[in-house]
Amino acid sequence: MTNHAHTNCEELLSSLSAYIDGDLGPELCQELEKHLAGCDNCRVVLNTTRRTLDLVHTPLEKTDLPEDVRERLFKRLNLDDYLSQKS
Amino acid sequence: MNKTMSLEISVEALIAGDRAEFARLVDVYSSPIYRLGLRMLGTPQDAEDVLQNTFLNVLTHLSTFEGRSSLSTWFYRIAANEALMLIRKKKPEINLDDAQAGDNDEDLLPTQFTDWSALPEDELLSGEGKKILDTAIQTLPESMRIVFLLRDVEGLSIKETANALNLTETNVKTRLLRARMFLREQLSTYHGERFIREE
Repeated sequence: MTNHAHTNCEELLSSLSAYIDGDLGPELCQELEKHLAGCDNCRVVLNTTRRTLDLVHTPLEKTDLPEDVRERLFKRLNLDDYLSQKS
Repeated sequence: MNKTMSLEISVEALIAGDRAEFARLVDVYSSPIYRLGLRMLGTPQDAEDVLQNTFLNVLTHLSTFEGRSSLSTWFYRIAANEALMLIRKKKPEINLDDAQAGDNDEDLLPTQFTDWSALPEDELLSGEGKKILDTAIQTLPESMRIVFLLRDVEGLSIKETANALNLTETNVKTRLLRARMFLREQLSTYHGERFIREE
């Protein structure tokens, strides 16, 4: 990692994804948190990765099925008679 | 996907040929499958092909569904296969089967260290901000993108994603980490510059 004073950032970075998901074992978790407390750059990487995932999860990102696509799909599946019964 | 709704789908009724239940299944899964197709192939027409082929396949193979995985994982496996098959057909030069895809360590190394995470959401998702995010996702190599979409967009677990894509959990975790780091880097390049300008 550039501009980085620590030597183990790269190694700990590989645990970041599992840390975000809450899947990291307690020992590694503690090691990572200890490192994060003293490493500004890794903290920025954590904060901005979390924020990136927040943005991906926002409702704006959910594309609903266009009505004409649904209609063609139901017709292709011979389900025309259920077209009006949207769940 | 609405998990409550998917739980209410009766596999027994589907296998018995209950068309009303199949229509309900279509409504539960069609949006996420269409979304997946759109993000993997990039055009509405291709996304529609993925969607239709997925359901036609589901209809053909319902009787063979053994319940070893959940209905949704089975469903995503069929949809992912359809999407990947269409990519192979359209872009034969892409190697989707490379187990090492995205395993280059250099992909992982961050170079942007501006903390833009406190910027308000409406600013981050403004017209241009959303475009940057969409473009960044579209720029991910296909083998990473499919993992990212199933895990982070559709919310499958690591295990479910591995099952749906026939990958090991370790491989899913590796690709996911690289995908997340790649997207973070892309967004940081854009938002970081804006953040510095506004300070």
